[in-house]
Amino acid sequence: MAEAHAHKLEILRGLLKFKSNTQKIWAVLILLSIVTLVEVVLGIYKPQALTSPLFTPFEGGFLSTLANIVLSPFVYLKTLNLIFIVLTIVKAYYITWDFMHMRDETKWLRRLVVWTAIFLICYLIFILLQEGGYIESVYSTEFIKRDF
Amino acid sequence: MDTTAVSTGTEGSTWGGGNRPMKASYGKLMMWFFIVSDALTFSGFLAAYGFSRFKFIDSWPIADEVFTHIPFYHEPAPMIYVAFMTFVLIMSSVTMVLAVDAGHRMMKNKVILYMFLTIIGGLIFVGSQAWEWATFIKGDYGAVQTDGGNILQFVDTDGKRVAIADFAIVGERERVQQTEQVGVWYDSEGTLPSYTVEEVITGLEANPNILVRTQELTDEGEKTVLSREESLTRIKNNGKLVVEGANLRANEYGSPLFADFFFFITGFHGFHVFSGVVINIIIFFNVIIGTYERRKNYEMVEKVGLYWHFVDLVWVFVFTFFYLV
Repeated sequence: MAEAHAHKLEILRGLLKFKSNTQKIWAVLILLSIVTLVEVVLGIYKPQALTSPLFTPFEGGFLSTLANIVLSPFVYLKTLNLIFIVLTIVKAYYITWDFMHMRDETKWLRRLVVWTAIFLICYLIFILLQEGGYIESVYSTEFIKRDF
Repeated sequence: MDTTAVSTGTEGSTWGGGNRPMKASYGKLMMWFFIVSDALTFSGFLAAYGFSRFKFIDSWPIADEVFTHIPFYHEPAPMIYVAFMTFVLIMSSVTMVLAVDAGHRMMKNKVILYMFLTIIGGLIFVGSQAWEWATFIKGDYGAVQTDGGNILQFVDTDGKRVAIADFAIVGERERVQQTEQVGVWYDSEGTLPSYTVEEVITGLEANPNILVRTQELTDEGEKTVLSREESLTRIKNNGKLVVEGANLRANEYGSPLFADFFFFITGFHGFHVFSGVVINIIIFFNVIIGTYERRKNYEMVEKVGLYWHFVDLVWVFVFTFFYLV
């Protein structure tokens, strides 16, 4: 029985190793609680320094457009929101990997689930947010976006 | 029934059956597939929320001003209650994974205990969500809706919110609620707001220290407060209806879409929690009567566990996008 349910008993790339699965579960709880606490504290106090994006958009030719696209999380996203989103993904990772035992599944089961979901979700988010932003710009420029 | 063919001649070959692709049982694999599709459903909803929010990025309600309540405590305290809810759900995820772990080790009594705690955690969460909904629907300050569907709120000169009930002056009332008995075409109508726009206007005129706050966000991410003259003209020219609390058509917090998405997404998630609790209860009783002891494995607990963790996973995202970002 023990053979069939072998658990990988380390997290944070082997930084923390545990003697039993139960021990690992409690450690993950502590980790998730700390992350949530950080989010809540940042959410309540909203430090002024973090309420604007890290860079202002680059201006100029093709290369700066490219840089704006590649670095868009740092150019268009408030640093605070970027931190929230990263921390959320961290939490999602530990819930999936340790609570749902994704860490112990075969490589291809993991890829099957994660790659499919991540790809489709990224696509969906890109399309809808892009379109929402476009409509906003139509509103804010008096209903004419591209005056040909 | 001896004639039923039991041999296909392919036993032992890869496609002969009995194989477990990716070393996961059929049930677990199907649970994972279901979770992927359900995750896409939720992402669809959250992305649609993002779409609407991007559309009205300059006037979206500020979550910290909307969800400020804690039971039995009357000062505004944003984030605290929802942080508590998040912690309850994470905690019930922990007890669930402990139940799964005890199941692997065939310890029936521990499975029973941990399943029980998981169910309690789920119930506390659903209860909290119901309370959150009730508070949201009830509202606290009230606001005036304009012809175009915008929301005008009231603040004092320090920028602190003022409730309509605190300054509106109630005069003679002619308008009564239409009931079936007296209505034209025997048509009834919904509850009338406690105040009319005229009463708000007289109240506003009588209180020189009250100003109107619009939905537009300033560069600092705060709502725009109008000057005294502008406040009066805006209310007089555009004020149409007093809105108290929230429903699917209007809400005092701002864009109607905000409440629509709140009801829909947290409602859909709450429904998942509820069904998770029901499924957990069924499995809980199965554990008690010894079904899995006889089956010699507790994989069923693991499968409902997957679903339960997924519900927690979704909440992590709802929490971020409704309350934090």
